[in-house]
Amino acid sequence: MKYAMLIHEKPGYIQALAEDEQKAVFAEYMALSEDPRARGGAQLQPIETATTVRVQGGQTLTTDGPYADTKEAFGGYYVFEADDLDEAIELAARIPAARLGGAIEVRPLVER
Amino acid sequence: MLASLVGFLGDFDLAEEAAQEAFAVAAERWPRDGVPANPGAWLTVTARNRAIDRIRRERTLAEKARQLEVPETTMDELDDTVIEDERLELIFTCCHPALALEAQVGLTLRALGGLTTEEIARAFLVSEEAMKRRLSRAKAKIKATGIPFAVPAEHLLPDRVDAVLAVVYLIYNEGYSDPSTRIDLAGEAIRLGRVLAALMPDEPEVHGLLALMQIQHARREARFSGDELVLLEDQDQSLWDAEEIAAGRIALERALALRGRGPYVLQAAISSLQAEERIDWIEVAALYGQLAQITHSPVVELNRAVAVAQAGATEQALEIVERLDLDDYQYLQSTRGELLRRLGRTVEARAAYELALKLASSEPERRFLARRIADL
Repeated sequence: MKYAMLIHEKPGYIQALAEDEQKAVFAEYMALSEDPRARGGAQLQPIETATTVRVQGGQTLTTDGPYADTKEAFGGYYVFEADDLDEAIELAARIPAARLGGAIEVRPLVER
Repeated sequence: MLASLVGFLGDFDLAEEAAQEAFAVAAERWPRDGVPANPGAWLTVTARNRAIDRIRRERTLAEKARQLEVPETTMDELDDTVIEDERLELIFTCCHPALALEAQVGLTLRALGGLTTEEIARAFLVSEEAMKRRLSRAKAKIKATGIPFAVPAEHLLPDRVDAVLAVVYLIYNEGYSDPSTRIDLAGEAIRLGRVLAALMPDEPEVHGLLALMQIQHARREARFSGDELVLLEDQDQSLWDAEEIAAGRIALERALALRGRGPYVLQAAISSLQAEERIDWIEVAALYGQLAQITHSPVVELNRAVAVAQAGATEQALEIVERLDLDDYQYLQSTRGELLRRLGRTVEARAAYELALKLASSEPERRFLARRIADL
């Protein structure tokens, strides 16, 4: 099954680390990207760059900022191929944001 | 039977339907043709074959194709067929932490306890409709998210065993705190505990939980006098179920022999000591000390203080109580009141009891505390 790992992170959590720790965290993200089970993923620019778009009655309404006004922000995602939810949870637990004040939402993809 | 069907079919709903069909066929045939030599295997095989028929009829779903590769078992082969016991896999699926806790409880009672949805709904005071929705949401999640039907890998096992035990203990406590006219949940939890102990004979905490439940359950007849709660020290010991205490102690010994020192084993050991005619409070206090180190729970510390006081060290007990950050906890205040009373500090004792009275949530407790204040 394919699982999306939606990374909700504490804004600025990497900058808050010492330089060598930052390097270690990047290396962990790289290792996950290069895992043979990885099927894709992306890192988003910080929330300051977010624009939210709604269409109401045919009118496009554009606002500055992210959609959800929460402490954590959606910062990126992975897609992994895993046998079952237990394997997916283990992969999610390896994403550094999960132990650095953030959380990972694991959702299976619709298979077509 | 359900466990092996879920394992075979990989689908809860399909397994339940197939089981029902098999029972229907049996009800029709057995009175006519006689009961087969191995009724359990007969039912399982019949259910499997029915389910395979059904999948074939609905073969639009390509993902189910893998199930069709399994050859049908014919009735002639039946005697050689070993129906695998897959209850352990089933319980780990039902108690998967990705499911809501109340759904874990419901699924466990449904799939392993064999309770009907209506019975489970009654036990948890929700409508049958609500329980049905809760269970089908959970079953849909199991299917859609790929919650495995398997015993977890070795490195995941400790956490997952804890999750299973938490569900069983929750079922037990639900029955223990309200042993009224509802379904006998405490008894149901003990039955589940026995199944687990048989399926995981090397897990000390499994035996610890079984022991704890059995020893507590043995005192159920003595815990109430009418509607009034009876404290352990005032209980009529002739109402205790000696056989059940003995069974609990066998489970406890098993857990200790496996070098278990986890929270359930420790609580069972405390319960066992408290079921003695003369309670060794020093030992009880020591065990509460170990339990507090594992759980870091101030409530456990409070219990340790009570044991220390029962062992005769009232001053020391009061010191423990005064250190705890539990001011709004009724039992902390009533314990403080009792300790201060024993030390002859009546004015402070009264103040503590009055605080406890303010915090008390039930009528029998309020009456009990009011009597204490009047006696000062």
